[in-house]
Amino acid sequence: MTLAADIAVADPVPPAIGPWRETWLSFSENKGAVAALAVIVVVALVAVFADWVAPYSPIAQDRDAFLAPPFWAEGGSAKFLLGTDDVGRDMLSRLIHGARYSLLIGCIVITISLSVGVLLGLVAGYVRGMVEELIMRLMDIMLAIPALLLAIVIVAILGPSLTNAIIAVAITYLPHFTRMVRATVIAEMTKDYVTAARVSGARALRLMFVTVLPNCAAPLIVLATLNFSSAILDAAALGFLGLGAQPPTPEWGTMLAKAREFVQSAWWVVTFPGLAVLVTVLAFNLAGDGLRDALDPKLKR
Amino acid sequence: MFRFLLTKLGGLVPTFVGVTLLTFAMIRLIPGDPIEVMAGERGINPERHARLMHEFGFDRPILEQYVFYIGDVFRGDLGKSLVTKKPVIDEFLLLFPATVELSIVAMVFAILVGLPVGVLAGVRRGRPADHTVMALSLAGYSMPIFWWGLLLIILFSVTLGWTPVSGRLDFIYFVQPVTGFMAIDTLLSDQEGSFLDALHHLVLPSIVLGTIPLAVIARMTRSAMLEVLSEDYVRTARAKGLSPFRVIGVHALRNALIPVVTVIGLQVGTLLAGAILTESIFSWPGIGKWLIDSIGRRDYPSVQGGILLVAIVIMLVNLAVDLMYGLINPRIRHAR
Repeated sequence: MTLAADIAVADPVPPAIGPWRETWLSFSENKGAVAALAVIVVVALVAVFADWVAPYSPIAQDRDAFLAPPFWAEGGSAKFLLGTDDVGRDMLSRLIHGARYSLLIGCIVITISLSVGVLLGLVAGYVRGMVEELIMRLMDIMLAIPALLLAIVIVAILGPSLTNAIIAVAITYLPHFTRMVRATVIAEMTKDYVTAARVSGARALRLMFVTVLPNCAAPLIVLATLNFSSAILDAAALGFLGLGAQPPTPEWGTMLAKAREFVQSAWWVVTFPGLAVLVTVLAFNLAGDGLRDALDPKLKR
Repeated sequence: MFRFLLTKLGGLVPTFVGVTLLTFAMIRLIPGDPIEVMAGERGINPERHARLMHEFGFDRPILEQYVFYIGDVFRGDLGKSLVTKKPVIDEFLLLFPATVELSIVAMVFAILVGLPVGVLAGVRRGRPADHTVMALSLAGYSMPIFWWGLLLIILFSVTLGWTPVSGRLDFIYFVQPVTGFMAIDTLLSDQEGSFLDALHHLVLPSIVLGTIPLAVIARMTRSAMLEVLSEDYVRTARAKGLSPFRVIGVHALRNALIPVVTVIGLQVGTLLAGAILTESIFSWPGIGKWLIDSIGRRDYPSVQGGILLVAIVIMLVNLAVDLMYGLINPRIRHAR
């Protein structure tokens, strides 16, 4: 490795590095972003292996241990490391299983709003005219209402449940993706390589998806990462308001909704689920910032 | 300026139509027809059902129904709450000042802390002060504010006993509502201590609601300062030997403020959405809590009317921000 590096330094022509490697090199310079990525990997692993990592079932109740404090606090024991909630469920196990829900919510929301948003944005940017006007007006209307409020309206129509909360949050993020893809498509369509592709006989679908879309990839990845964190936050907020996942689902926001009664008596029931949300969201935001700097050096200050 | 105003107003029309379409559709999209929805779990006999369907006009063509709905909206008739039987608009107007009061105090807090902190970070770029501010603002930006509120309650209300847990005023006071702003009404009343008590109640909710705008304002101020500080006129001002305080405070900050004002305006929507969560935590009797309670009680006319009114408020505030921006920066006004 050292030898190869020495040769590379000695060589006047730098060796070609692929775009992925280049992005990673630039990303890894940012210590905060790398740490955030490590946190994300840990949370993801915990989520995937929740059944093995968690000491108990997230819904198993221990009738001998209601509101047991965490092990370092007075009266706590190593049996329940982070204590138990009001019906004797192990907090640690619930938090671990909660990671599953939060990451799943983020993934599904981003998958839905990314794919639908990209489709709408491509069509609007490519077809232009009335279709574009219609799509973009609709997006403007959706942006006029704050995301959380719009999500609440949608949940009020569909009824409170985890699935409906996911749908609601996904819908509220559509405009971001649509607007960005449309703007990029319009800018790219005037470039020579698109004209070249068109002249050589590429059809509309090929032009849209194969020629133009890859050039939106970098900003799309950044937007997806940053919206991933907002999705977790918004879904947790809906859960907290009783409009998202329903008890006894160990979703972090839903856990907090119940925990409100215990602000006076059991701080651990309140503290840990929120801390989990904060750490996860923070990690995604940091990683998103790092990714943006790595993918778009122009934006770097 | 007048033409600018007209264009801006014209731009609101499609959004208004869209929002009314949404609220109009909302009550019709809920499973079951509107009368069944309003009757709730009690149920309703078919005869009465048919009569009410006719009375409310639900048996007419959908387009006609929409036109009637718009007519009602313009007359300020948003229907009656199923729970209190009072007009929705009255309920809204009664609770709205509480939300506005909270939002204003939260915004003032966010600006008073966010601006200086952002300037500090910009001026001390790359130093520990900058890193601290940026780290804290990232944390603020990622904060689940419903949890943040609970934490502050545990610390300041439960452990230290400094602030009240919920509501706007201790129940030992009774203050006649005049303006709807508790801080002003208590001043107008002659009850000693009530004003301070109202302020006490405002502290935690406004910190919680102001946290995200604070983080956004601090970040924006920092990057605007960085941009301005590299301008030639700042160097000239420094070269003339002006005090650093004057260079930063007068030459740089004034020009850095323009993007910051826009960001502050954009925070209004965030503020109203955040108010829903904040009011729920602190049992603050504003429209946010009322909306959530109404959803829980299946009081659909209240939800429908409330959403529409909130959306209208946001549209008008955005318009006001646009106009203000046009006043501050003439380039905007003539650009379009």
